[in-house]
Amino acid sequence: MPMLRMKSSTVRFLAQTIFLLSWSVIAVGESGPNSPSPHGTNIFSPASTPAKSIADLSVFVLVITGIIFAVVFVLLAYSIVKFRGRAKDAGREPAQVYGSTQIELAWTIIPILIVVVLFLATARVIHAIQDAPEPPDALDVIAIGHQYWWEFRYPKLGIVTANELHIPVSHPDHPTPTFLRLLSADTDHSFWVPELAGKTDLIPNHPNRMWMDPQRTGIFLGQCAQYCGVQHAKMLLRVSVDGPEDFAAWVQAQQRPAAEDAGAIAGRQVFERNACMNCHAVGGSPADGRFGPDLTHLMSRTTIAAGAAENTHDNLRLWIREPSAIKPGSLMPAMKLSDADLDAVVSYMETLH
Amino acid sequence: MASDAITVPVGQVEARPWVDELHQWLATVDHKRLGILYIASALLFLVIGGVEALIIRIQLMHSHNNFVSPEVFNRMFTMHGTTMIFFVAMPVLFGFANYLVPLMIGARDMAFPRLNAFSFWLSFLGALLLYFSFLGGSGLYGAGSAPDVGWWSYAPLGARAFSPGHSSDYWTLALLVSGFGSIGTAINIIATILCLRCPGMKLNRMPLLVWMNLVMAGMVLLAITPLSAAQIMLLIDRYLGGHFFDTQAGGSAVLWMHFFWIFGHPEVYVLIIPCFAFMSEIIPVFSRKPIFGYPVMVAATVCIAFVSMSVWAHHMFTIGMNSYANSFFTLTTMAVGIPTGIKIFNWIGTMWGGRIQFKTAMLFSIAFLFQFLIAGLTGIMMAASPFDWQLSLSYFVVAHFHYVIVGGILFALFAAFYYWYPKMTGWMLSERLGKWHFWLFLIGFHMTFDVMHIPGLLGMPRRIYTYEPGRGWDILNLIITIGAFIQAIAILVFVSNLITSYFNGARAGNDPWDAWTLEWSTSSPPPSYNFAIVPTVTSRRPLWDLKHPEDPDSHYE
Amino acid sequence: MSAGTTSFPNTAAAWELPSRGKVAMAGLIIAESAIFTIFVVAYLFYLGKSITGPTPREVLETPIFYTICLLSSSLTIHLAAKSLERDYTRLFLGFWLLTIALGGSFLFGTAMEWHRLIYEHGLTISTNLFGTTYYSLVGLHAFHVTAGLIMLSLVAIFGFIGRMGVTQSDRVAVLSMYWHFVDAVWVVVFTVVYLLGR
Repeated sequence: MPMLRMKSSTVRFLAQTIFLLSWSVIAVGESGPNSPSPHGTNIFSPASTPAKSIADLSVFVLVITGIIFAVVFVLLAYSIVKFRGRAKDAGREPAQVYGSTQIELAWTIIPILIVVVLFLATARVIHAIQDAPEPPDALDVIAIGHQYWWEFRYPKLGIVTANELHIPVSHPDHPTPTFLRLLSADTDHSFWVPELAGKTDLIPNHPNRMWMDPQRTGIFLGQCAQYCGVQHAKMLLRVSVDGPEDFAAWVQAQQRPAAEDAGAIAGRQVFERNACMNCHAVGGSPADGRFGPDLTHLMSRTTIAAGAAENTHDNLRLWIREPSAIKPGSLMPAMKLSDADLDAVVSYMETLH
Repeated sequence: MASDAITVPVGQVEARPWVDELHQWLATVDHKRLGILYIASALLFLVIGGVEALIIRIQLMHSHNNFVSPEVFNRMFTMHGTTMIFFVAMPVLFGFANYLVPLMIGARDMAFPRLNAFSFWLSFLGALLLYFSFLGGSGLYGAGSAPDVGWWSYAPLGARAFSPGHSSDYWTLALLVSGFGSIGTAINIIATILCLRCPGMKLNRMPLLVWMNLVMAGMVLLAITPLSAAQIMLLIDRYLGGHFFDTQAGGSAVLWMHFFWIFGHPEVYVLIIPCFAFMSEIIPVFSRKPIFGYPVMVAATVCIAFVSMSVWAHHMFTIGMNSYANSFFTLTTMAVGIPTGIKIFNWIGTMWGGRIQFKTAMLFSIAFLFQFLIAGLTGIMMAASPFDWQLSLSYFVVAHFHYVIVGGILFALFAAFYYWYPKMTGWMLSERLGKWHFWLFLIGFHMTFDVMHIPGLLGMPRRIYTYEPGRGWDILNLIITIGAFIQAIAILVFVSNLITSYFNGARAGNDPWDAWTLEWSTSSPPPSYNFAIVPTVTSRRPLWDLKHPEDPDSHYE
Repeated sequence: MSAGTTSFPNTAAAWELPSRGKVAMAGLIIAESAIFTIFVVAYLFYLGKSITGPTPREVLETPIFYTICLLSSSLTIHLAAKSLERDYTRLFLGFWLLTIALGGSFLFGTAMEWHRLIYEHGLTISTNLFGTTYYSLVGLHAFHVTAGLIMLSLVAIFGFIGRMGVTQSDRVAVLSMYWHFVDAVWVVVFTVVYLLGR
C-alpha cells in the first residue's frame, strides 16, 4: 500500500493521465494501454499486484521529484534572468558573498527529510513484493533461461513447454498467483513482462523467485532484458493469462503425450534419424533432448524461435531449413535436409498439437 | 619579483624542424604537453565512439532494420561504451587535471613527470590495443572481431565457453593496461597536490578544482583497482583454468557483478567530480562572485566520495538480492543525492546576486545545471528499487546515464574547453561558432535524450539490435536518431572552432576572463616552467586580492 | 609573451610539505590494498563452496617458519633504514642483505608448499574453487614479494659499489614502506588462509 492515501484507482488514473498527457499522440497511435490484445508493455498499465505496487510507488516518486525539479528550475531560471550582467554594470563587481551557514543548513536538512520519506515509502513496497508468502494453491512454474529461448516447467502438473507461458487469471477476492522459480542453463537472462511484474534476472547457480497475479485475461508481451549474447534481442516472451476454463483446457492438452498421426510417420523418422532428437523432446516418443525447446505441443504456440516469427508453415519450414534466416546466431544448426525430408518433418511438426 | 615569463625577442629563435617538434611531443614530460596529448587523444576517440553511436542509432531507427548484423551491433555498443568511459572521459579529465593542477597550485610541474608520461602512454596503448581487436581479435569465425560482451562483460558471458576467441581478451587487457596508467596518474595528482603547493597555499586555500581532483584521484585508487583485480581473475579463468566466475564449478556470476560495480559506481563519480570542479571555477568567474560556500563544497565532495563507495548494488537491484540488501542500497543511493543536491544549490547561490556574463563557457555551464538536476532526479527514481525493477536494463537507464555523461560531463567539458583553450593556446575560441555549437548541441541532446526515457517506460530493453513493431517504440527511436545526428553536426562545429581559432583566433593575453586563480597570472600559453618566480598566496583568490587591494579575500577567510 | 605585472607578496613563513616519495608510496599502497581486498573477499566467499577436490583442512600446513622469516625481515629492513640514516653504511648493507635473505627464504617456502600441494595432493589453480582462490591470493602476494626483492637487490648492488649513503635514506625509507606493506598483507593472507579458512 502506498504512503499516499489515495484510492488506488485514483493513483492509477493519475499515472496514466500524466503519461498519456505527455505522449498521448505517440502512445495511443501505436499500441496504447487500452488496445484489445495483445496488451502492450507499458509499465504504467499494470495488470498484476507487483506491477501495480510498483506503478503506485513510481507515481509517488515522480510527484516528489517533479516538485523538486520545479522548485530548482524556477530558482535557476530566475537567477539567470534577474542577475544577468547589464552593460551599465561593466567594470563594477557585485557584492562578494562567500556563503551562509543558515542557508546551507536549510538546503541540507530538507533533502534529508525528503530522502527519509522516500525511503520509507520504498521499503514498504520492497518488502511487500519480495517477501510475499506463497499461498498453498499458487501455481508453481520453473523458468529456465537458455540462449535464446525460455523453458517453462510446471512441476506439479507434469508439463514442459517453451517460450509461451500460460497462467491462470487471479481474482482479487480469491487470488491464484503464479510463483516462478528462475534458473539459467547458460548465461544471465532477465524475465520482463512490464505489465505483470518488475523484472527479475535468471542467473546460473543463483536461483531467483518472482510472482504475479494477473487480474485481466489476455496476452502479455515481454522479452529478455539482460544481454545474453548475439540473439538477446529476439528472446521474446508471450504470457497468456487464461480464464479458469481455458487454463484447465490448456493444462489438459499439454499433459497429453504427442499426437500420433499416421500421415506423419515419414517426418517422424526424419526427425528421429537426424540429430533433431538430440536437442528436442517430443513426449511419448524416443526424442528426449533438452538442449532445445520441447516440441510436444509445438502447434499450440503462436510463434516460433522465441517469438522471432509467427508459427506458420512457411516460417517453420524456413526455420528448420535455415535458422540464421530468422535468427542469425541462434544455436539451432541448419540441418541440411533434402527438400523431401524437410517437407516431411514440417508435416510431422504440424501434427504436434 | 613578477611572475612574468622570461621573454626572448622574436626573430632570434630558429623554427625547429618538424621531426624535432614531433619528438618533443612524443618524449615530453611537461604536464602541459601531456595534458594536451590526453585531451587530443580523447577527442579522437570521442569522434570514433560517436561514429559507433551513430551506427547504433541508424540500426535502431525503425523496427526490424537491417543496417548492421546483430554481431556487428553488439560489438558497436560494447566498443561505444568502453571507448567513451575509458578512452574519452577518463583521459580528457586526466588531461585537464594534468594541465591545470600544477598551474593552480603554483608549481612547476607534477610531482613525477616521467611517471606522468608513462601513465599517458599506457593509457594510449590500452586504447590502441582495444581497437586493434577489430583487426586482430580472432572471433568464433576467425574474422577480426572486437569485443561484444557489453562494457561490463558480465559473467559467464565473458568466460571462454561463451566468448571463444580473443575479442574478450582485448577488452580485458586494454582496460588492465590503461587502468595501471590511471593509477599512476592518480598517485601523481595526489603527490602533486599534497607536496608541491606554493607557499601560503594551505589546503583550505586551494581552488576547488584542485580539491576535487584530489578527491577524484583518491577515488581512482580505490575504484579502478577492484576492476583490475576482477579482470585478473577473469584472465585466470580464461587461461589458467580458474573457476572464479565458473558457475559450473560452483563459482558465482553475481560475484563478478559485485566486483564490477564496486568499480563501476565510484567510477562515474570519478568522472563527474572533475566536472563539478570545472563548474566551480567557471560559474564564479562569469557570475563575478566567489563560489558560494567553499567549505561546504569541499565537505560535500568528500562526502560524495565516501557515500558513493556504498551504493554499488543499485546496479544489481534485479539480480535477486534479499529485501534487506535492496533496502540498504536504496537508502544509500538516495543519500548520495543529498550532498550532490547541495552542490547544485551552491552553484545557484553563486549566480544569485551576481552579474552573469553569457559567454559560451557560461552557456554550457547553465545547461549543465539544468541537465545534471534532471539526471540526478531520474537517478533518485531508480534508487527506489521497485521502480528500478521496471526501469533497470531498459532505455530509461540508458537515457539517465547519457543525461549525466553527455548532459553533465560533456557539457561541463565544453565549458572547460571554451574557458581554458585561450590559456592553453594563447588564442580565443570564436564566440560565434561557440554559440552555434551550443544551441545545435543543446537541441540535439534534448531531442535524443529527453525522448529516450519513454521507450524505457514502454518496455524497451537495452542492448537489443532490433525490436518488434507495434510496441510504440518506432517513432520514438526515429526522433532519438535524428537528435543524434544533430549532435554530430554540433561536434563538427566544435572541432572546426578548435582548429580555425588556432589560426585565426583573437589573441588571448594572460587573463581574458578577468579571473582569480593562479593559472591566469602567467602567459598564454604558459612557459614550460610555468612561473618565473613561485608565487606566494594569502587567500583563495590570489588574483582578486591583487586586483582589489582595498578589499582582498584574505580579510574574509 | 607576458603582459602581466602580477607580483605576489613575499611572506617568509616556513612552508613544510610532506615528501612526495612517501605520499606516492602511500597512494600505491592504498591502491594495492584494494586489489588484495578483492582477492581476499573472493577467497572468503568461496570457502566451503568447492564442489569437488581437496579442501583447505585436508591439505594446508601452516607455514610458521617462513612467516617468521618474512615478518622478521620487516624488522631487519627497519634496522637497515635506521642505520643508513646515521650513515652506518656497512651495518645498513648487512641488515639489507639479511632482509633479502629472509624474503628469499619466504619465497622458497612458498615454492616448497606449492610443490607439495601440486604433486602430493593434486591441487592446482584449476582443480576447484579452493585451488583457484588459494593460488591467486598467495600467488599475488608472492608476486609482490618478488617485485620487492628485485628492488631490494638493486639497492644491494648500489650498496656494494658504494653508492648508498645518508643522502639515499629518504628513498630507502620509501622502499621499506613497500616492504612493510608486503609483510602486512601477509599477516592478512596468513590469517585468512591458514587460520580462518580451515
